[in-house]
Amino acid sequence: MTSKGEVNYLLQTRGLKVYFPLKAGIIRDRVIGWIKALDDVDITLRRSQVVGLVGESGSGKTTLGKALLLLEKATGGEILYEGKNVYAFNKEEIKAYRRNVKTVFQDPFASLSPRFRIKEIIGEPLEVGAGMNKKEVEERAAEVLGMVGLDPGLMKVFPHELSGGQRQRVAIARAISTNSKVIILDEPTSALDVSVRLQIVHLLMELQNRLQLSYLLIGHDLAMVAYMSTDIAVMYLGKIVEFAETKELLRNTVHPYTQALISAALPDHPRDKKERTILAEEIASPLNIPPGCRFHPRCIQRKATCAEREPLLAPVGENHLVACHLDGQKAASSSI
Amino acid sequence: MNKDEKPLLQVVGLTTYFFSFRGERIVKAVDNVSFAVRKGERLVIIGESGCGKSTVALSLLRVLPPSAKIVAGEILFEGEDLLKKTPKEMARIRGKQLSMILQDTMLSLDPVFSIGNQIGETLERHTNLRGEALRGRIKQLLLDVRIPDPERRLKQFPHQMSGGMRQRIVGAIALSCEPKLLIADEATTNLDVTIQLQYLNLLKEIQKKTGVTLLFITHNLGIVAELCENVIVMYAGKIVERSPVMEIFDDPGHPYTKALLQAAFGLQDLSKRKPIPGEPPNLANLPPGCSFHPRCPYGKERCRQEEPIEISLNPTRSVKCWYPVTIGSQNIPMPKIEDAGNFKNLMG
Repeated sequence: MTSKGEVNYLLQTRGLKVYFPLKAGIIRDRVIGWIKALDDVDITLRRSQVVGLVGESGSGKTTLGKALLLLEKATGGEILYEGKNVYAFNKEEIKAYRRNVKTVFQDPFASLSPRFRIKEIIGEPLEVGAGMNKKEVEERAAEVLGMVGLDPGLMKVFPHELSGGQRQRVAIARAISTNSKVIILDEPTSALDVSVRLQIVHLLMELQNRLQLSYLLIGHDLAMVAYMSTDIAVMYLGKIVEFAETKELLRNTVHPYTQALISAALPDHPRDKKERTILAEEIASPLNIPPGCRFHPRCIQRKATCAEREPLLAPVGENHLVACHLDGQKAASSSI
Repeated sequence: MNKDEKPLLQVVGLTTYFFSFRGERIVKAVDNVSFAVRKGERLVIIGESGCGKSTVALSLLRVLPPSAKIVAGEILFEGEDLLKKTPKEMARIRGKQLSMILQDTMLSLDPVFSIGNQIGETLERHTNLRGEALRGRIKQLLLDVRIPDPERRLKQFPHQMSGGMRQRIVGAIALSCEPKLLIADEATTNLDVTIQLQYLNLLKEIQKKTGVTLLFITHNLGIVAELCENVIVMYAGKIVERSPVMEIFDDPGHPYTKALLQAAFGLQDLSKRKPIPGEPPNLANLPPGCSFHPRCPYGKERCRQEEPIEISLNPTRSVKCWYPVTIGSQNIPMPKIEDAGNFKNLMG
């Protein structure tokens, strides 16, 4: 499957681009611009790894999740599953991919169809994707409901009869029901009560450990993502600006944007209030990406070259990549 | 805080229920809530969804939906009971003396009217400003909330602005008539982290400049730690703890507060976080005794049977619990029902 020395990645993107066309005109749709939601992104996910994806509005993190779920078509680049190009898959391979790569969305109220009972919600991917019969579906549904800490008797109820936390558990049960290997978690706890969030996080971690799942955890809450992830990628306006193992990222933050995100986190205790540099300007729109480094208008450390040339991701340490002109160790950005 | 000064807002025994269509089900959204807000203060009501905090805010402004009714209590704003005001009188107070900003700016802002029009609407209603003077004031307000190039923004529409900008516009509208009290209900929940910080700093600056009193309503402990002086914790429609901010973080009194602090996220001590078992209760079907007892790790027999009364831990702190968990609480004798209502000093 792979050449000698290369790591076996379960899921991988290479140069992934997702551009949305901006059209104008009444009779004929002229394309007048592009929203570069994802612009040349390389991400890798191994078996049993949890990679966190942090970023704010317009960062492209949700688009990346959707692209990996085949809900958005890439404008360029590739997605590799077990080393094979997903865009070259035939029908059967796509079906298998969809059985193996699942998602849990943010809103547990919107992600479960209100017209179906829990049994049908969990059963649908089993019937359609895995070809199980009624009895098998019922058994498997009971099994996964137990695994997420719910009473199998809840199979018969409708989503509106459950609380937010319970609904999210159902969504998780649905995601593991087909023995999936990868779960894209898009802000899985943001819509839940604070007291319930940690329960769900613990459940996700326990399942990850037990079933050797790989997670791509998308979130804007750095603390929560840091808690769950082994590695974190920080995204800004469609690109990855920093990538490192969680501990390394928090201890040796390099990119000014990552520093700003960490600094912007609210304190745990009133005595921890600190003097902060508040980022000037709004987050730029993906319609109007600044020239050079995308972050430079908001960067307090910017220099002249930051407005001229786009920095590339380059290593600054063990398993630590940063896209920034400022770090003297990086030669890649200046050699072009 | 000057204890002799009368509080700006004094809420006494506020009780708001939601009634189902034929009245057979009653949701006790707010149950006998009393608190005071002093001039210039930064007070926060913290709690999760369903605890009643937003209903308190809507009750203060008297903008409850038709299915809700304030069945008891007094809302004394500068000494006058808002519940006794006529709709006309309330309309003069809302927006001028008392103002509110909400979480979802796309609901607060009308998509078909320009920004200038929407800010101007409040000013036209409550002031005599018109024409050039009105435009001047609108532009100044936009600058006050740090929106550059106000002349251009006047003509723009909400959808043309980012979430952070819209939240500042909503802030500008709320502050336009120089209210004495600003209620911010989850005002930053939808904002990005870096934008949220900008916004909270903006509110702090505005308070320094205008002396407006701030009442925050949130579930985010980080906002409490960053911004607030005094904290009120709500659970299942009732106030379960009150305290200045430092003390409540150092030494929470109510088991719920303690559990919430332990379950919340922060970059420190990630491994020490513990979840709270169970879920917030159904307000139409509350358990007997203490509403928190099904989830409480310290619950005893009394908690299951008798609803706790609020007891004073010291002159600035109180907790509604039979067995408070503060470090010094072993010294407090267990209260009897006959002692209920004996802590008037916390109400200003």
